[in-house]
Amino acid sequence: MSETTNTFRTEEMSLNMGPQHPSTHGVLRFVVRADGEVMREAIPDVGYLHRSIEKIAEKVGYHGFMPYTDRVDYVCAMFTNQGWGIACEKLGHIEVPRRGEYCRVIAAEFNRLASHLLSVGTMGMDIGAMTPFTHAIREREMINDLIEELCGARLTFNYMRIGGVAWDLPPGWREKAVAYLDHLDPIIDEYNALISFNKIFVERLINIGIITPADAINYNLVGPNLRACGIKWDIRKDIPYSVYPDFDFEVPIGKGEWGTLGDSMDRYMVRMREMKESVKILRQALKQIPPGSVLAKVARNFKPPAGECQVRVESARGDMGWYVVSDGTGYPWRVHVRTGSFAAMGIIQKLSAGLMIADLVALIASLDVIAPEIDR
Amino acid sequence: MEPLKIYERVQERFGARVLETVNKPLDPFMFVDPAAIVEIAQYMKDDPELAMDCLSNESGVDYKDRIEVVYHLFSYRHRHGAVLKVKLPRDNPQVATLENIWKSANWMEREIFDLLGVNFEGHSDMRRLLMPEDWPGYPLRKDFVEPLEYHGISTVRESPIIRLDPKAKK
Repeated sequence: MSETTNTFRTEEMSLNMGPQHPSTHGVLRFVVRADGEVMREAIPDVGYLHRSIEKIAEKVGYHGFMPYTDRVDYVCAMFTNQGWGIACEKLGHIEVPRRGEYCRVIAAEFNRLASHLLSVGTMGMDIGAMTPFTHAIREREMINDLIEELCGARLTFNYMRIGGVAWDLPPGWREKAVAYLDHLDPIIDEYNALISFNKIFVERLINIGIITPADAINYNLVGPNLRACGIKWDIRKDIPYSVYPDFDFEVPIGKGEWGTLGDSMDRYMVRMREMKESVKILRQALKQIPPGSVLAKVARNFKPPAGECQVRVESARGDMGWYVVSDGTGYPWRVHVRTGSFAAMGIIQKLSAGLMIADLVALIASLDVIAPEIDR
Repeated sequence: MEPLKIYERVQERFGARVLETVNKPLDPFMFVDPAAIVEIAQYMKDDPELAMDCLSNESGVDYKDRIEVVYHLFSYRHRHGAVLKVKLPRDNPQVATLENIWKSANWMEREIFDLLGVNFEGHSDMRRLLMPEDWPGYPLRKDFVEPLEYHGISTVRESPIIRLDPKAKK
């Protein structure tokens, strides 16, 4: 006669999430070890988008690599363009004309707006709010139109060149850009009213994936993810490059107003507030832009002297480090890109312990990881 | 603190284990003994004057006769940075991991292992990161030759346009 027991036995299970999963922001895969709905660990598996862009750089030369940099991070390609441009200019001792720098900043800040809009929009979608996504995408679409008029492309821009930018602002573009900013400013507030302070949304994000400031630095988190932990650090302010010292803007940081400092809600709010600051920078840049040329004279067969440098730019996903080694020929000896998403992926395994599976989705969205930037 | 001042301070402390300071105009850097990298890194993190709390970048470079691992350290407290390098032999390059000092080293070292074949001793999870696990060779090495096929999938495609063009070189 068998004995029946009423002890309920649970078993740890392994779940596969991705690589094709609607909420993984590209081709990402996680192996989740879970006990019921609670995760023990989520082990990231990356590399599905690896194209060995760093190897390509060694084969195509300095000018030829510019279009490839777009593919490092196709959501904010202006920053990868700019990082590569600045690194080459530093190696080759080239000075960019001031108007060229302004064009770069204008293009990059519009791109930051577009990237943050996509980030906060998909974040709502990932945790079940469909409508805000359509609002965010609608606004992003207009930025795409503006940038398309500027450089002919909507996603992989290839707008910048070593020594400046490819084209000056088209006639009448400044007025359009200002009109768009006038339109966007109240929309950000509307967006806040629509979702940011919505009780369900806030409850889904607070106290999820809390990162302490010490951990953030130890894991080398950058950009909005770092600032959400309360660390006031922005490359644009602290290691200024380009013409950013000309502009007056704030660096928003996480304050833990709703939950704990460094949780997913803080990361979301930092992005929302950064959009306001980007609008501020853009208004100043569009007003102050000086006349002149936009592109310095650079040899077609660009051969920087042997040497190496590391350049850091503040991309939409944070401090992007370009390490370039030149051996004096027309081809770089080595290029290495350290990106924000790469660092953010490294911390997910640690943060995932004890979270619900549904919260993993919120966590990935709040860290704003973009798969091509991890894999390159 | 200026990078050169930082290197002087480390040199004073570690003497001959700092091999050479190279004062390049862009980013000066310092070669250190690979056997002492953990000790030097720990010192640079703990010393209150240096306080390198962040390993901002770690990458490898193949120079054909040697492989160099490059560490970009950064201090958020003092807002200064330093570049350390170790030279490793090309066949069987090995160096101790810095994972226990800066957690960010974990993934960056896995990437270097994957693409350049540097083995990090004591690393908790020394697996390939980006390439498939059975991929032959290390793609970022200068003598890497791409295999013509992978599991029966060809990695090259002949272009029909080039084939039809009588002027094109075969």
